[in-house]
Amino acid sequence: MPNISRDEVAHLAKLARLAVTDDELNVFAGQLDQILDAVAKVSEVAADDVPPTSHAVPLTNVFREDVVRPGLTQQQALAGAPAAEEGRFRVPRILGEEQ
Amino acid sequence: MTDLTRLPAAELAEKIHAREVSSAEVTQAHLDRIGEVDDHVHAFLTVDAEGALAAARAVDSALAGGQAPASPIAGVPLALKDVLTTRGLPTTCGSKTLENWIPPYDATVTRKLREAGVPILGKTNMDEFAMGSSTENSAFGPTHNPWDHARIPGGSGGGSAASLAAFEAPLAIGTDTGGSIRQPGAVTGTVGVKPTYGGVSRYGLVAFSSSLDQAGPCARTVLDAALLHEVIAGHDPLDSTSIDATVPPVVAAAREGMRGDLKGVKVGVVKEFSGEGYQAGVQRSFENAVDQLRALGAEVVEVSCPNFVYALPAYYLIAPSEASSNLARFDAMRYGLRVADDGSHSAEEVMSLTREAGFGPEVKRRIMLGTYALSSGYYDAYYGSAQKVRTLVKRDFDAAFEKVDVLVSPTTPTTAFKIGERVDDPMAMYLADLCTIPANLAGNAAMSVPSGLSDEDGLPVGLQIMAPALADDRLYRVGAAYEVARGSIIDRVPELKGVSA
Amino acid sequence: MTAVAEVMDYAEVVERFDPVLGLEVHVELNTKTKMFCGCANEFGGEPNTHVCPTCLGLPGALPVLNGKGVEGAIRIGLALNCEIAEWCRFARKNYFYPDMPKNFQTSQYDEPIAVNGYLDVTLDDGEVVRVEIERAHMEEDTGKSLHVGGATGRIHGAEHSLLDYNRAGVPLIEIVTKPIVGMGSRAPEVARAYVTALRDLLRALDVSDVRMDQGSLRCDANVSLMPKGTTEFGTRTETKNVNSFRSVERAVRYEMTRQAAVLVAGGKVTQETRHFQESDGTTSPGRTKETAEDYRYFPEPDLVPIAPSREWVEELRGTLPEMPAARRKRIQTEWNLSAEELRDLFNSGAVELVEATVAEGAKPNEARSWWVNFLAQEANARETEITALPITPAQVARVAALVDSGELTNKLAREVVKGVLAGEGEPDEVVEKRGLKVVSDDSALLAAVDEALAAQPDIADKIRGGKVQAAGAIVGAVMKATKGQADAKRVRELIIERVGA
Ligand SMILES: [Mg+2]
Ligand SMILES: [Zn+2]
Repeated sequence: MPNISRDEVAHLAKLARLAVTDDELNVFAGQLDQILDAVAKVSEVAADDVPPTSHAVPLTNVFREDVVRPGLTQQQALAGAPAAEEGRFRVPRILGEEQ
Repeated sequence: MTDLTRLPAAELAEKIHAREVSSAEVTQAHLDRIGEVDDHVHAFLTVDAEGALAAARAVDSALAGGQAPASPIAGVPLALKDVLTTRGLPTTCGSKTLENWIPPYDATVTRKLREAGVPILGKTNMDEFAMGSSTENSAFGPTHNPWDHARIPGGSGGGSAASLAAFEAPLAIGTDTGGSIRQPGAVTGTVGVKPTYGGVSRYGLVAFSSSLDQAGPCARTVLDAALLHEVIAGHDPLDSTSIDATVPPVVAAAREGMRGDLKGVKVGVVKEFSGEGYQAGVQRSFENAVDQLRALGAEVVEVSCPNFVYALPAYYLIAPSEASSNLARFDAMRYGLRVADDGSHSAEEVMSLTREAGFGPEVKRRIMLGTYALSSGYYDAYYGSAQKVRTLVKRDFDAAFEKVDVLVSPTTPTTAFKIGERVDDPMAMYLADLCTIPANLAGNAAMSVPSGLSDEDGLPVGLQIMAPALADDRLYRVGAAYEVARGSIIDRVPELKGVSA
Repeated sequence: MTAVAEVMDYAEVVERFDPVLGLEVHVELNTKTKMFCGCANEFGGEPNTHVCPTCLGLPGALPVLNGKGVEGAIRIGLALNCEIAEWCRFARKNYFYPDMPKNFQTSQYDEPIAVNGYLDVTLDDGEVVRVEIERAHMEEDTGKSLHVGGATGRIHGAEHSLLDYNRAGVPLIEIVTKPIVGMGSRAPEVARAYVTALRDLLRALDVSDVRMDQGSLRCDANVSLMPKGTTEFGTRTETKNVNSFRSVERAVRYEMTRQAAVLVAGGKVTQETRHFQESDGTTSPGRTKETAEDYRYFPEPDLVPIAPSREWVEELRGTLPEMPAARRKRIQTEWNLSAEELRDLFNSGAVELVEATVAEGAKPNEARSWWVNFLAQEANARETEITALPITPAQVARVAALVDSGELTNKLAREVVKGVLAGEGEPDEVVEKRGLKVVSDDSALLAAVDEALAAQPDIADKIRGGKVQAAGAIVGAVMKATKGQADAKRVRELIIERVGA
């Protein structure tokens, strides 16, 4: 049975890039615990011999022709940008590293 | 002009196409109505009077030039849920994150509506990113149920459903991930259909849960819903999960059903969706509906779908999991809200601070729930198990549809609850989707059609009809037959308080 | 200040440890469009001009898989002797990074399209090593960031960054080896030879530009050490994005010497990513495993599974060109080359040219000698690719034929080739214009022979006395007198004739 701690919620918030407040940590810890408790019910019937279903409709092999389609202009691409410079999206300095 | 707003879409279309009335007049009448009542209802987030009238005039001039109508509903205006992209018109998804975002492209549904000559009145209110069952999670304030302003209009598509019940629009588009078309339809006394998954393109539908989301028609009659269904459905090469098959003949099926004969139709009553937790008035309304179906000639049997009770927990793992990934793109880098970009914060900090500021509590809750369910060590127990339940729910449907043509249940266990009543209790809120979720998990088609008013509170109740995938036409045949036999309830909506007629 | 890392002498490293390698190569496919949208897949270009809602990750946009990308992946898999999956899927790899528009990478994960293959790699001395391939899977590339305000345009110290998404969504195939063990001191060479062999293979398949300098071929090198006599793998490091074949070798070698120093000093190797410095050939630490992301993979709901039919796979197998290793073997046998000659031939980059020259009728040895020796030097002197020299295999074959028939001496033939390179026309025209034909008129030659014998009577005597080899001096004089246009063999015959007469 899940028993989700404040620290775990903080870790999740970090993974999900949410700068949650202390108050939120407390509230979410309680609520997530309650929800996870309820949804854990799925394990009652999820037997080993039951295959998982990821897609509602069983389609396969949907491919596109390798043909260029018109996209957006640079201006359209940048129209919604919070900041732009030299035809590029301007973002604050990046601290992490590429994966 | 008020009477124009009271007519069904089918009749409006006939009048417009016969040039008895212009699309511009019809559109203006609805814009006027929105102007009169929407302060009280708050169905719309954006009203595009100019765009709607321009589209209406284009239809009028095409008709005046002797051209055939672009579609059977050409000229009939519509309210579009604010989760489908509209080129040049804001698309907010009910979120502060996208408050000022103007998409550079149209969703396929939007494009089809434009091509069909359907004027788009505006964008309707919704729970933020379609997460909710009451439209209280909109960052821009709740929508009120036209039947009782103190109550919720359902969600997430409360704006679309309320716009119909308030006679602000004759047609609307909703999206249904766990019941967001059908449940608002039920609690506002309107018709809502979740087509077969893959039946309507998701291109341009801002994703909540990709494997469950499906756009569909909302209307005040079954025939109107069918007419809209045929306009928006069909294969789209821009959506890999779109089904490459002809659209089921839903309009023909609705017309056939309207003749009032269900002989030869086998109806299954889902045994698991009754009893404890179901409001008595809802239960009685449902039982009356079943009697009515029998009276129409249908053969009614009870069917057990034992795994349906696991659908709700499975849904609240799958949908948040997919959502946690789908909503990662709202990171303040390329579009949408950005806060704290003052030179002192890194990109990572700006992302976290913006997401914190831009998302409401329900969205954050689900993102964290989904992040948890997918994280290493928990995946198998949560997300993996939920996907297995999905298989079991599908099997239940398959077994049931071997015996019956359609399944029926109440759309929702209760009538509209009061605004504020469940906001602090997520689990209670989630129960609103108990009966609608199985169809989303399995991908089959389902409809909610009004089954009258609950005798204890006088609020609308919905009958849910479920059909196999690609058999959407069955919903319309049964739904239309029942609707005609039951009689309309929408005219019993109280005239809006404090609004002069 | 970072401390200068201790390293161990390489000879000592390989005496005490066995290295274990794992190589991950990312190759950009040269399809016309990106993996999941119709934007042009082109290197360079104005920033953010090859973008659309899908590859910019705009709300509502959806991916549709490029069939050519799948074809490329299958052909690579087949060329690497892999099994092609009967059924596989894409997953989402979730992590936040500004150059990734959706904040998840659409990538195959536990269900790759190709598994269990191998590539035979030839080392410098001709020894062939079999490198086992674990998998080849499909994924997409990220955008590119430009760091502004830092000292060297690098990420550290930058004030802000600028993002260009032209590369976002470009098809990538990631090829992962199984652990490569037992290579001892040759491990760095094996790493370089593997990446080189892979480049040659991909080039033969024509699926990629395979330019390490432009990033269309990228290598990450995993290195660990185990003390001699043990079999349990040590802790590994992953050195990222090494930009040249030579650097692959240097990076592996450096990591071996660095890790050995750590281990011998009683320390532990930290599991981390490291960055290779081109300037001094060292690596520096990056992200450690403790701070590594939890990628929360799950099946991509927006794309449907791929089930390549066996007919399609066999059809694609039929399109595979002769593989580089097989070709080397065939050429070596057919032309009877030593390992050294074979290596020189392949290093010259003129294999195709030599083959074409042979096809035009030249003898393999002659064709090879022209290209690998003479023309390679010409290309070098002109600082151009050998393939760019203004001479065709047919022209080279014609020159070789003229030599064969005795119409040109080797020396004259070189003049002819220079004439062709100088744009003076076909070989026969050059011979004509420059008057380079061998003097085959005996009377003209006899006059020159007599003159030379008269000038050096002592040598004439020696020849007469039986020292036939002394004739060389006279031959030389005659050749000089005729400006090299005489056939030396005929001159020698005439000298013997004259002296003996
Ligand atoms: Mg990868
Ligand atoms: Zn694109």
